[in-house]
Amino acid sequence: MSARRGGTLHHLVRSPRGAFALAVLGLLALTALVSLFWLPGNPNQSNISEAWQSPSPTHWLGTDSSGRDIASRLMAGARVTVLVVLGAAIVSGVIGLALAVVSALGPRRLREPLIILIDVLIAFPTLLLAIMLAAVFGSGLPVVVASVGIGFGVQIARVVRAELRQINAEDFILAAKAAGLSRWAILRMHLLPNTAPVFTVQLSLAMGLAILAEAGLSYLGFGAPPSVPSWGLMLEESQAFISIHPLVVLWPGITITLTVLAFYLLGDALREAMDPRLRFGGRRDGGERNDLGDRSEA
Amino acid sequence: MIRFLAVRALTLLAGLFLASLIIFISLRLLPGDVAQVIGGTSASPTQVEAIRERLGLNVPLPLQYLDWLGGVFTGQLGSSVVSGTSIAAEIAEKAQVTVPLTFYSLTIALIVALPLGVFAAYRRQALPSRVLSVLGVVAAAVPAVWAGLLGIVLFSTWLGWLPSQGFPRDGWADPLAAIRSLTLPALTIGLIEGAVLFRFVKSATLSAIGAEHVRTAMSRGYTRLGALVRHGLPGVGLSVISMLGLQIAGLLVGAVVIEQLFSLPGLGRMLVFDVGQRDLIKVQSTLFVLTAVILALGALVDVVHRLIDPRLRVEEQ
Amino acid sequence: MTVTTSGTSPAHALPLEVNDLTVSIGDTELLHGISFSLAPGERLGFIGGSGSGKTLTALAVAGLLPEEAEVRGSIRLGDTELVGKPDRELAALRGERIGVVFQEPKTALNPLLRLGHQMTEALALHYSLSRAERKEAALRLAARVGLKDPERIVRAYPHEVSGGQRQRAAIAAAISAQPGLLLADEPTTALDVTVQKGVLQLFRELTEGDDTSLVFITHDLAVLAEVAERVLVFDGGRVIEEGEIAQILEAPVHPITRALIHAAGGEL
Repeated sequence: MSARRGGTLHHLVRSPRGAFALAVLGLLALTALVSLFWLPGNPNQSNISEAWQSPSPTHWLGTDSSGRDIASRLMAGARVTVLVVLGAAIVSGVIGLALAVVSALGPRRLREPLIILIDVLIAFPTLLLAIMLAAVFGSGLPVVVASVGIGFGVQIARVVRAELRQINAEDFILAAKAAGLSRWAILRMHLLPNTAPVFTVQLSLAMGLAILAEAGLSYLGFGAPPSVPSWGLMLEESQAFISIHPLVVLWPGITITLTVLAFYLLGDALREAMDPRLRFGGRRDGGERNDLGDRSEA
Repeated sequence: MIRFLAVRALTLLAGLFLASLIIFISLRLLPGDVAQVIGGTSASPTQVEAIRERLGLNVPLPLQYLDWLGGVFTGQLGSSVVSGTSIAAEIAEKAQVTVPLTFYSLTIALIVALPLGVFAAYRRQALPSRVLSVLGVVAAAVPAVWAGLLGIVLFSTWLGWLPSQGFPRDGWADPLAAIRSLTLPALTIGLIEGAVLFRFVKSATLSAIGAEHVRTAMSRGYTRLGALVRHGLPGVGLSVISMLGLQIAGLLVGAVVIEQLFSLPGLGRMLVFDVGQRDLIKVQSTLFVLTAVILALGALVDVVHRLIDPRLRVEEQ
Repeated sequence: MTVTTSGTSPAHALPLEVNDLTVSIGDTELLHGISFSLAPGERLGFIGGSGSGKTLTALAVAGLLPEEAEVRGSIRLGDTELVGKPDRELAALRGERIGVVFQEPKTALNPLLRLGHQMTEALALHYSLSRAERKEAALRLAARVGLKDPERIVRAYPHEVSGGQRQRAAIAAAISAQPGLLLADEPTTALDVTVQKGVLQLFRELTEGDDTSLVFITHDLAVLAEVAERVLVFDGGRVIEEGEIAQILEAPVHPITRALIHAAGGEL
C-alpha cells in the first residue's frame, strides 16, 4: 500500500485548512523567490533622515528606526524563513528517519543505547541546544538550522519509531517476509510508505516550530547576523521603540504568526487527507465495528 | 514498584551522565582552545596561559570532566573566569526569579487550558467553542517575543497596569512587587503554552466523550455530563499529568527568551549574557543544571504517573 | 433475580413497545421505522450482519445514542414514553430499569476504578448505601454471577482479571440495581469459546423468570440458538423477519435470513 499522492493533494486543496495553508505557504515561497530579483526598496540601506515614515507609495509599510524600508525588509526576511524551514525540514527529516529506522529495526546492540540517546536529546530543549552550539560555533543561521534539525529530528524519530514498530507487527509484513522479501525491500516498499502520513505531519509541525525557534534565536542574537534581515531580528529592533512607535512591532509578528499557522494547519489537513484512506479497514482484534463508527475527531 | 523506581532512577542517572558528556564535549572539545576563546582574540599568549592555569585546563581532559562533575554534585562550581563571582551562588540567586516564573506560567497555563479545553470538547458545535479552537491554534503560532511585546504595549504603555521591565532589587522582600513584575512575563508564556495544552485537553476530552467506558457509566444511571465528569475526566487528568513534564520543560525554555524581553534577572538572561561574554565554563554548568532539572522533572512525572494509574501498577499476588 | 439489598424488592419486568423507531445522524438515516414488542420476562434475540442496525436499536432503547442523533417514533417501557425525554430523566431510568452489557469488557469497564466499585455503581446511584452495605452487595453480586474468589475480584482492577471474569463483572454491574430489562450487545463475541458457554448459561439463569426481560444481540447463530426464545432479523436498518427461534432456524422466509442460516451451515 503506497501513498496515493494525487489523491492526497486533491483532498488537501479541497479542505479549507489545507487551502489556506497552501495559499500562505505559496505566497511565502513566491515572495522569497521574487525578492531575489526585485524589491520595492532597499532593505539594508539606512537613511536616518527618513526614519519613521508612515506608509506611502515609495514605502508601502513605512520605514523603521534607521530609515530602512519595512516592506522590503519583510520580503527579504521571507528568504531567511524559507531557508530555515527547508534546512530544518531536511536535517530533521533525515536525522529523524535514520534514527527511527535504526532504533526500531536495527540490531539489538544498537537499539537500546539509541533509545536512551533519543530520550536524553528530547529532554534537551532545542533552544538550549541552539545556545550551546552558538556558544561554540558563534551565532548564525547554520547554527539555527543545525540545532532545530537535531532537536526536532529526535522528536520525529520517537514518533516515527513507534509507528514503524506498530506497522512491523502487522500481518502483511509477516506475509512479505514469508514471501522472501529482503529486509531492505520490506523497508522500502512497505514500512516507509506506511509511515509517510505520520512522518509528513510531524515534518510539517517541525517546520512551523522551526520558524518560531529562528524568531526567538534571532531575537536573542544567536540567529541571523544583523546584516541579514530576518523577521526575528526585526522584532528585536522594534523593541527599543515600542513606547513611541508601537505599530512597527506588528508587521514581523503578523508574518511569523501567519506562516507558523499555515504549517500547523497544513499538518492538520495532511493528517485528515492521508489517514483514513491509507489505514487498513476494520479492527485488529477482529471485533465487529458497531453501526456508529468512530465519531471523535480532534 | 521498588524495581520500577530503581530502574527509573538508573535511567535518570544515565540520562544525566549522557547530558553532562554532551555538554562537556561540546563546550570543551569543539572550540579548540577554550582558554583562547575566553581570553578573546586580543589576549596575549601569557594571558591565555594564565587562564588555562586558573581553569585547570592543562590537566588531562577526562580528569577535568570528573572534576567538574564532582563539583556539580557537591555544589562547588568554582568562580567565573570573567566576572570572578561564585558560579553556584549566582545560579542559586538567579533561580529565585526563574523558578517562580516557571510555576506562575504553569498555573496560568493550567487555569486557561483545563476548563476551556473540556468546555470546547463538550460543547463542540457551539460558537464559543469554535472561536476558542481557532484562537487556540493561532495563539500556539504566535512567537513568544511578539506576544510579550504586544503585552507590554497593552498593559504597560497604554494601560499602565503592570511593569514592563525589571525585577525589584531586593528580590522577594516585597512579594507583591515581585509578583507584579512576573505577571506580564508569566501571562505571555502561560497563555502560549496554555494554547498548546488547550488543544491537548480538548482532544483528550473528545476521546473521553466517545469512550466506551463513559457510555457504560451512562448505562448505569449517570447523565451524559455526569458520566463524562466522573469517568471521563480522570483519564484526561492523567494524560495531562503525563504531559506535565514536557510542559514545564517548555515553560523553562520559554523563560529564556522572556527574561531577556522583560529584563528579568533570571537564569535565562544570565545564560544569554554569559554566552555573549564567552564564559564557557559558566555556560557549561548553567546548561547542565537546567538540563538536569528537566530530566529530574521528567523522572518525577513518570513516578507520579506510575503511582496514580492503576494500569501501570504491578500487583503483587 | 435473587440479589436483594436492604429492603427493596426486585422490580418486575415491564413490557417494551417500540413503534416506527427512526434514527438519523446528520443527513443519514440509520434506522428506518423499527417496530417490535417485548413481553415481560421474554428473551428476544437480535441477529444480523454488522451495520444492520441491531446495536443502534438497543442503544436507542437504552437512551445511549450520541447527542447528535435524532430519534423519531416511540419507545414505551411500561407506561413511560422514552423518545423525546431529556437526558436527565433518561439517566434515572438507566441502571434501574434498563441495564446494558457491552461487547468488549476491556474497553467498557473503567480501567481506573476497582471492579467492586463499578459493579455496585448503578446500585449506589439509585439507592443510598453505606460503605459496608456497598461492599456486601459487591460480594453478593460477584457470587451471583459466578465469580470465584469474590474477595479478590471485588478489589481488583479490570486489567488484573481474565476476560471471562471481566465480562461477568460487567454483567454484575449491569444487573446490580435489578433492572427489569437487560440489553446485551454481543456479550460473548470477544470471549474465548471455552468461556462463552459459561457466560451464556449465566444469561439464561439471570433471565429465567418473569422478573427480567432480555434483548440479546449477536451475529452468531449458534449463540442465538442457546439463548433466544424469539428472534428479530436485522438488515440495512430494518427488521426483515421475526419469529420463534425454532421457526427462524428451520424455516426462514426472507432471503437474507436464509443466507444467514445457510452461511452458518453445519455449525448448528
